[in-house]
Amino acid sequence: MIGTTTEFFMPNTPHDACAHCGHHHELRVEHLRVRYRELRALDGISFATSCGACLALIGPNGAGKSTLLKAIAGLLPIESGKIFWRGTQVAKWSREIAYLPQRENVDWQFPVTVRGVVSMGRYPQAGWWRAFSPTDDAAIERALTAMDLLDLQHRQISALSGGQQQRVFLARALAQEAHVLLLDEPFSGLDHNSKASLAHTLRALTKEGRLVVASHHDLDTVRDIFDEALLLRQHGIAFGPVAEVFTDALLEQTFNHPPSVGKEVA
Amino acid sequence: MIDWLIEPFQHPFNQRAMLAALLIGFTNGYASAFVVLKKSALKVGSLSHALLPGIAVAILLAGLHDWSVFLGALFAALLIGLGSLAVSRGSRLDQDSSLAILYTAAFSGGIILLRRLGVTQQMDEWLFGNIMGLRDADLWTNFWISFGALGLLTAMHRPLLMTLFDSEVATTLGVPVRALNYLLFAVLIVVLISSLQAVGCMLALGLLVTPAATVYLLTDSTNALFWGGSLLGGVASATAVLIGWHLNLEQGPVIVLVLGAVFLLSFIFSPKYGLLRTTAAKRQTH
Repeated sequence: MIGTTTEFFMPNTPHDACAHCGHHHELRVEHLRVRYRELRALDGISFATSCGACLALIGPNGAGKSTLLKAIAGLLPIESGKIFWRGTQVAKWSREIAYLPQRENVDWQFPVTVRGVVSMGRYPQAGWWRAFSPTDDAAIERALTAMDLLDLQHRQISALSGGQQQRVFLARALAQEAHVLLLDEPFSGLDHNSKASLAHTLRALTKEGRLVVASHHDLDTVRDIFDEALLLRQHGIAFGPVAEVFTDALLEQTFNHPPSVGKEVA
Repeated sequence: MIDWLIEPFQHPFNQRAMLAALLIGFTNGYASAFVVLKKSALKVGSLSHALLPGIAVAILLAGLHDWSVFLGALFAALLIGLGSLAVSRGSRLDQDSSLAILYTAAFSGGIILLRRLGVTQQMDEWLFGNIMGLRDADLWTNFWISFGALGLLTAMHRPLLMTLFDSEVATTLGVPVRALNYLLFAVLIVVLISSLQAVGCMLALGLLVTPAATVYLLTDSTNALFWGGSLLGGVASATAVLIGWHLNLEQGPVIVLVLGAVFLLSFIFSPKYGLLRTTAAKRQTH
């Protein structure tokens, strides 16, 4: 099983995970407004969280959860507002921020092995054609080990189960030495055991100092997995610890009212 | 049997044709892996048809020279490719539809123009190829195109594969996705032009898809896809030149036909993804 020990997955390299650093890096989103295919997908999103947190993005279909993840990942142009990571504005992309797409949007027939996908995480270091250095190989090895993929590393990705696919993505993010993990509906389509295992893994990742942000549609499991939540429906409706924002009134407002009633949260 | 292999080589135009077939087949085979992985065969097919009107306009403006044919074909393919992008962005049409409209219109214009220019005999060559008519200079042009295309494709192998697998994730890792896509298409256009003399613009697509598509049914290895595709492209093209010479058939269509035959074999008999295997597996599950 993955993460059954209380040990951290990865040794604490600089700018990697910061559980031992004694300070917390902040992800701050200010008055974010994003268009997606001519439509305004997000308006007035503001929140601030920091590494060590496990943040759920909650809202109905079309609320802009995926759009928010993509905006933080630098995949969508921002109309107005700002995104700061560790005090500096996020430009186009950052090695420290990993994006894990929805599994349904990935071509699993693509001829590539598990190790091949994981080693893509070393592109920022290795560039176009440089051979992988011992440091790169070690990072890939650590990521495979942490996600319990060593036995599967030479397998084609088409031959993986849903839970294994998700672990491959996580391993790529670890090989990237990412600090922030943005996951789009990581739990959807997984069987019960894989869900439990993934929840365990995400919590362990936050414990070693990473920031996990995930869109999530299964309201029953939010309390078990996440410690912070952002309720949104194009506008931000509420942000805070799960215990505080996961109230019937706020959920009602998120899922059953027209979007105009959403008020901006600071 | 040995005579069958050796005899054709006593003619210098056969030697050139064989060399050219190996070279063009190899380069196209390598590039075909990208076309198959990008699932963009139809787009590339459209661009190959766009070469012809470019040649026509170039002859009209500058007369019939090697360089005018090359440049005309290059500019026409670029123009129609980028034009379709502009049309799809500026309207509600998707890019495939825009591309279809632009290239068929341009192709029709090209046919009419070439007939008016009185180069009907060469037109046949540009449509279906004439590998026996190659001169030493053409061989050198092909060599440098192959050299450059293979060099570029190899150099951008890693980021290109990441882009083809998942362009969004590639972007978040700092891969210049858009630039690579343009670069890939530019290289594919040049490769198409290099195969013009062998198989012509009507058949160029066959050479630029079939080799890797065939290997794709045999293996999951990406490396095998590229190098297996190259090898298959080169060997099949050279064999086709021999067959064509012995049976007195046009080499261009024979090249594509041989590739098609090999593909059919792998489609049916591939131990991994062949028809026999998959139907047997299906029957077992019932």
